[in-house]
Amino acid sequence: MTRYILRRLLAMPFLVLGVVTLAFLLTSVTKGDPLTAIVSDRQMNNPEVVAAAKAKWGLDRSLPERYIIYVGNLLQGDMGTSFITRRPVAQDVMYRLPATMELVIAAMIIGSLMGVSLGVLAAYFRNTVIDHAARVFALFGSSIPVFWMGLALLYLFSVHWGVLPGPGRIDARATLPPTVTGFLTIDTLLAGDVPLFFNALWHLILPAFVLGWAVAGTISRLVRANMLEILSREFIMTARAKGAGELRVVTRHALRNTMVPTLTVIGYSFAYLLTGAVLTETIFSWPGMGSYAVDAARGLDFPAIIGVTIVGGVIFLVTNLLTDIAYVVANPRVRLG
Amino acid sequence: MSMEPQVPPLFQVEGLRVAFGRDGQLYEAVRGISLHVDPGEVLGIVGESGSGKSVGMLAALGLQPEGARVSGSVRFKGQELVGMPRSQLRKLRGARIAMIFQDPLSSLNPVMTVGDQIIEAVRLHHPDMSRKAAMGRALDLLALVAIPQPDRRVKQYPHEFSGGMRQRVMIAMAMANDPDLLIADEPTTALDVTVQAQIMEVLADLQDRLKLGLILITHDLGVLAGHADRVAVVYAGQVVEQAGVDDLFARPGHPYTRGLIASIPNMAAESERLFSIDGTPPVLGKLPTGCAFHPRCRHAREICRSLAPQAQTAGAGHSAACHFAFATPEAAP
Repeated sequence: MTRYILRRLLAMPFLVLGVVTLAFLLTSVTKGDPLTAIVSDRQMNNPEVVAAAKAKWGLDRSLPERYIIYVGNLLQGDMGTSFITRRPVAQDVMYRLPATMELVIAAMIIGSLMGVSLGVLAAYFRNTVIDHAARVFALFGSSIPVFWMGLALLYLFSVHWGVLPGPGRIDARATLPPTVTGFLTIDTLLAGDVPLFFNALWHLILPAFVLGWAVAGTISRLVRANMLEILSREFIMTARAKGAGELRVVTRHALRNTMVPTLTVIGYSFAYLLTGAVLTETIFSWPGMGSYAVDAARGLDFPAIIGVTIVGGVIFLVTNLLTDIAYVVANPRVRLG
Repeated sequence: MSMEPQVPPLFQVEGLRVAFGRDGQLYEAVRGISLHVDPGEVLGIVGESGSGKSVGMLAALGLQPEGARVSGSVRFKGQELVGMPRSQLRKLRGARIAMIFQDPLSSLNPVMTVGDQIIEAVRLHHPDMSRKAAMGRALDLLALVAIPQPDRRVKQYPHEFSGGMRQRVMIAMAMANDPDLLIADEPTTALDVTVQAQIMEVLADLQDRLKLGLILITHDLGVLAGHADRVAVVYAGQVVEQAGVDDLFARPGHPYTRGLIASIPNMAAESERLFSIDGTPPVLGKLPTGCAFHPRCRHAREICRSLAPQAQTAGAGHSAACHFAFATPEAAP
């Protein structure tokens, strides 16, 4: 087990290097000219300005040279400077990543809880009204695009009924707590400001629900199918023959056996959530990686694009590793050396 | 062997019927089974797969498949189990009446340690018992079924056990609350031949030491020869013959029983071919008219096709549901 984790950890740097290389190459083969993002249209005909800009941003060098310089800088934590914000990309990312992580983790919790409970209910009460209702609800979440769902729910809950706040992470007039984790729900609590904590929490609920609902569909379908299979196994009969009640049969015996494949899907859905966060963040004016990536792509901000891609890739690698470890912990039959 | 007649039976099944509804039609898998087990007695129930012997016993404990309709009467120590509230039935299951199943690998939860599964069985019926005390009980139980190194084995998962050891674990779990009745559904069928004998020995030993009522469900009449006190032969959802084990082998009344006896492999037999009963058991919902066995019976006559036979008795506790039971003493199968 420890050896397995160590081996996986040793492979990480190489995988990260692969991500960096791919991100770098893909950006360099795009048609767009990054100069248009740096030099204004009027100055484009001025060879001196163009040459100076090229020299300043290193665009006069060959691709391999730029790659080596980039990797060298990256090793020191330098991801270059954004063309648009003119701040170091690393600094931008550090500021925006917690906002996305907070949203994605909240969405994952909501999505897993909804997905698992819907799946269990649907399987246990198969072919009844409960089953059909759970499936329709799940289908809704996974088939309606998050941007439409986001707008619709934002209109209903915020504008129409006024029960939830509008876009943003926190009330615009609020004084932000000192940044510790970057998670507003945690930082407000650390600062001891309970009203502000609820303010942040209410802001978080709607975007997290929209995003979570989207993955709940996939999770519930998988849980339902697995539960149906597990519930027909003989050890379920053994549990009943022991005198276990139905709730215990479902949670202790069936669900625990379903957790193995479910954990995998939940782990891998993280990647989907990161992608979905891009659209959700745009709708909810969420100052996270998603909206940063959209701005970077629109403005051909290459350093920012590469930076976002690398961070996304690394998050994906780490969640995959965690998923695989969780899989081993949940399934005693897997022994990894 | 059997007790004095005035002792009421431990477990008494009367006219048990189990029916499944499918496409608006009702199919009866169990068509009025009646049998009983006295305290400390071993009753063998024998029949082909699909004869309704397992479904019937599961239904008796309220463990019938979803949508099945159960009627008739099942009494355990005088208490009626059919129609008993689920919560009350649960208190009996695993406590007073325990069950073990055919395949010990699929019968154990693969993601729980063997110890946790036994502890669960103990604590479900003793909620006040501490985990530590229950663990002590689990160790005792593993020792009871002769599993070596219980303190090490208790922390292992089912897949770390061999087939025979797993069935021992199932038996240990069934014994967790000192039941009065154990229902063993094909306990040796999924095991290697050499291990089968060991498991039967464990069961016989426990039954004898703990004065357990035991129902041994099997498709192999040979298994019952050395272990059962009485045998009920089930065919197409009905008991076709019931008798003391020696009586059954000496004077089988029903042609189906004779067929089963003849199909037991016998080293001493001069013929090289193994006997088998012609045809196949009837499919659910496609029962023959009259006697359900008549299409496979070599002695079937006109009456067998039209009239279902009543049980005929021959001596104490021996009955067979055949128009010509006991009529032809030297009858071939």
